[in-house]
Amino acid sequence: MFLRRRGVLPGFGLSLGYTVFYLGFIVLLPLGALILKASSVGLVDLYRSATETRALSAYWLSLYTSLAGASLNAVFGLMLAWVLVRYEFPGKSIVDALVDLPFALPTAVAGIALTTVYAENGVLGSMLGRVGVRAAFTPLGIIIALTFVGIPFVVRTVQPVLEDLDDDVEEAAAILGATRFQTFARVIFPALLPSLLTGFALALARALGEYGSVVFISGNMPRRTEIAPVLIVTKLEQYDYTGATAIASVMLGASFLLLLLVNLLSRWARRAET
Amino acid sequence: MSGGVAGTFGRSTERRHRVREGRLLRGALIFGALSFLGIFLIAPLVTVFASAFAKGFGAYVTALSDPETVSAIELTLLAAGIAVPLNLVFGVAAAWLFAKYEFPGKNILLTLVDLPFSVSPVIAGLVFVLLFGAQGWLGPWLSAHDVRIIFAVPGIVLATIFVTFPMVAREVLAVMQSQGNDEEEAALTLGASGWQILFRVTLKKVRWGLLYGIILCNARAMGEFGAVSVVSGHIRGETNTMPLHVEILYNEYNFVAAFAVASLLAMLALVTLFIKKIAEWAAHARSDAAERAPLGEHSLSATVGSTPS
Amino acid sequence: MTVAVEDMTKRFGRSDGAAAVESASFSAREGEITTLLGPSGSGKSTLLRLIAGLEEPDSGRVLIAGKDVTRVSPGKRNVGFVFQSYALFRHLSVFENVAFGMRVRGRSEADVKARVEELLKLVQLSGTSARFPSQLSGGQRQRIALARALATDPAVLLLDEPFGALDARVRVELRQWLLEFQKKTKVTTVLVTHDQEEAFELSEHVVLLSEGKVVQTGTPHELYDRPKTPFVASFLGGANVLRGSVRFGMAEVGSMSVEAPAGTAEGASVHAFVRPHDIRLVKAEPEEDSVSVARVERLTRIGAQVKVSLELADGEPMTVQMSKVEVDSIGIEAGDRVLVDLREAKVFVEDYSI
Repeated sequence: MFLRRRGVLPGFGLSLGYTVFYLGFIVLLPLGALILKASSVGLVDLYRSATETRALSAYWLSLYTSLAGASLNAVFGLMLAWVLVRYEFPGKSIVDALVDLPFALPTAVAGIALTTVYAENGVLGSMLGRVGVRAAFTPLGIIIALTFVGIPFVVRTVQPVLEDLDDDVEEAAAILGATRFQTFARVIFPALLPSLLTGFALALARALGEYGSVVFISGNMPRRTEIAPVLIVTKLEQYDYTGATAIASVMLGASFLLLLLVNLLSRWARRAET
Repeated sequence: MSGGVAGTFGRSTERRHRVREGRLLRGALIFGALSFLGIFLIAPLVTVFASAFAKGFGAYVTALSDPETVSAIELTLLAAGIAVPLNLVFGVAAAWLFAKYEFPGKNILLTLVDLPFSVSPVIAGLVFVLLFGAQGWLGPWLSAHDVRIIFAVPGIVLATIFVTFPMVAREVLAVMQSQGNDEEEAALTLGASGWQILFRVTLKKVRWGLLYGIILCNARAMGEFGAVSVVSGHIRGETNTMPLHVEILYNEYNFVAAFAVASLLAMLALVTLFIKKIAEWAAHARSDAAERAPLGEHSLSATVGSTPS
Repeated sequence: MTVAVEDMTKRFGRSDGAAAVESASFSAREGEITTLLGPSGSGKSTLLRLIAGLEEPDSGRVLIAGKDVTRVSPGKRNVGFVFQSYALFRHLSVFENVAFGMRVRGRSEADVKARVEELLKLVQLSGTSARFPSQLSGGQRQRIALARALATDPAVLLLDEPFGALDARVRVELRQWLLEFQKKTKVTTVLVTHDQEEAFELSEHVVLLSEGKVVQTGTPHELYDRPKTPFVASFLGGANVLRGSVRFGMAEVGSMSVEAPAGTAEGASVHAFVRPHDIRLVKAEPEEDSVSVARVERLTRIGAQVKVSLELADGEPMTVQMSKVEVDSIGIEAGDRVLVDLREAKVFVEDYSI
């Protein structure tokens, strides 16, 4: 197969061959199995499994808790990025490094830790209890866990854009008489919006698929605190492969759409920067 | 995650902003941001260690020397020990491919590389079950040859590879792209072969991004829970990795033990972050020096004529 | 050794897009410096990279020492290439940078050491072998890049805008240095630049490119005095452009008359290119109202030269360059009226344009 390519450096054939081989084996083959299974089961059965009440509750729960978590991250992630880029304070390096913790920490560890903190006798759980709010084993707990896993996404997407922002534009606005808030609202925020949305979408995608940190804190009560990924595992434990495949297909469809959205957003963000 | 967390290797340094918001607002923002971090991130982190040592150092050590725990640690190390090197080779090959050439289908291939980031780990486990499980696609063939992948170690290794393979690739690719191809082309004109260019020039250039990619890949490989949970079958002492073992211990209300094992993983995560900071700092130091004003201009007033060769 | 390019074409992007290099041919002078000169986008860097093998041509041949090397990989062409950004290996010391070409060929340690020291002495940077590129100045890095390229005894040296990133003063010094250097080493050199002054100072063989095509080759003198197209005339030397038509065998441009090229059709439209220093001025009598009278708008004095900005009778601007002495002796000042005498003009018939 003759490929028209640009680049004189040697190694094209080898790197392409190995990459395609690896991807094929690790990614395409397993995914092919999923598609095969889905098609062998038949659309009707698949649809039925995918839309039973328990599944629908799971989708809905996954969706709104993920949106809540991603939104919290959008707001506070922006704040964090701002504070890290523009201000100095003691311990800033440590804070900056810690932002990546959800990336490096196993989800199971996060899961049990968050559960302990927010359980009724936990440090923060008891404080919430005093105002009559229960976190563990409720959707609120799920939202907390999903917020945790999404922290790095918004911060790390917005940080570089914020760093590259020119002083000049802000100074020009100030000279023209704009208050700091006006400058932020009219000049800075619009420039950050594309990357903010990208970070939000990434956090959302991550939250939708999250399992480890949620499975402990949620209690996994069907139709109440059972998210979609947990439901898939339950189905598998019951050897209901059809059911598992059905729900997985719905989730994959959603991920795919979200991925498309993220790509479009990144392209918009990159164009906005130039 | 398209875009990767890298790209910080080679960033510009701090800037002075003369137009600023008021002291009070600044303080409030810092407070808000740090409280957020405190509630969602620091509290759980501290809890891990607090709970692990709740019953004293002795209990901590006992928990960690339990044979099932040791076996879980061994399995985790094995899985990571296989996954990380494999993903490293792939990562370098893929980064080289995407950074140095243009070709049709490049975008599709890139999307495939990003796939594990956008797929739930549970689904990752599911697809392996569908492929290698008893009722899976290759199931019958495998049982006929008495090969067990699901509910056995190979399955765990495969799931781990799947979930972590983009990491090294993404980090290294980002660094390669920001550094450009000039040095490689120069090496080419000087007569270097492909391998020589790779080892003598490129790998040296990207070493900090590469290091971080490996460390991160390792942390994720050791900490993977969802995908491994699905394919392992949770057979104690046999197919339990550290994260799975943490789950079992926790569900048995053996909190100290659960957090003891968890603390090992948490320490690994902290070491990962620490190394990232160092790598960033080292990469900065190099690039800043290159941009700094040259050390003294030498005038070329010397006559060239009398130089012997 | 000789280097030649035959009928080279290279397109980037879609096959129907504009070509970066189109049917370009030239031959470099052995043992001398040949410059590829042109504005940005003219394809000169691409052409250089094609010679090195860093780009693959769509058609055409590259010949080094008479051999067709079009299909040969860059490493085997035995060329030395100096990038605009120098492309020094930032993680290797100066010594290792210069030694690179020999190391990948597996030369002995003793050979390597000897050659590197020799080259460092040649570029007058003997004491720097332990330093790293980030510790060198721009001019020093440039010379190390040169040393590195020469270490493998290349048949031809290719320099891509080597002085572009340097301060004006350093640029001038290095230019001089390169000239002397090349005279000693006698390596066939091809140098790319957009700076006309640089090209003229460094070589006797200039290849002028525009939009991917070779427009004219020759000595600086030939290009300057006998430009083949309006582009050449205007690129080299900032000429005044006058438009007009041919009447009775003379080109009437504005209010002036110049000889038209032999055989030009009556009434044909022409461009005339007049260099600022090919014009003579004489103070006009106050009552004189002939059509070649112009008004002096402004005098700009730059050292020993004066730039006189005129407004012609028909409203068009014109720039004249004269020496301070001349201006003072004629006694011209802003606001004066002067007579314009074109001593020499290049006339091109309209359909000559690119």
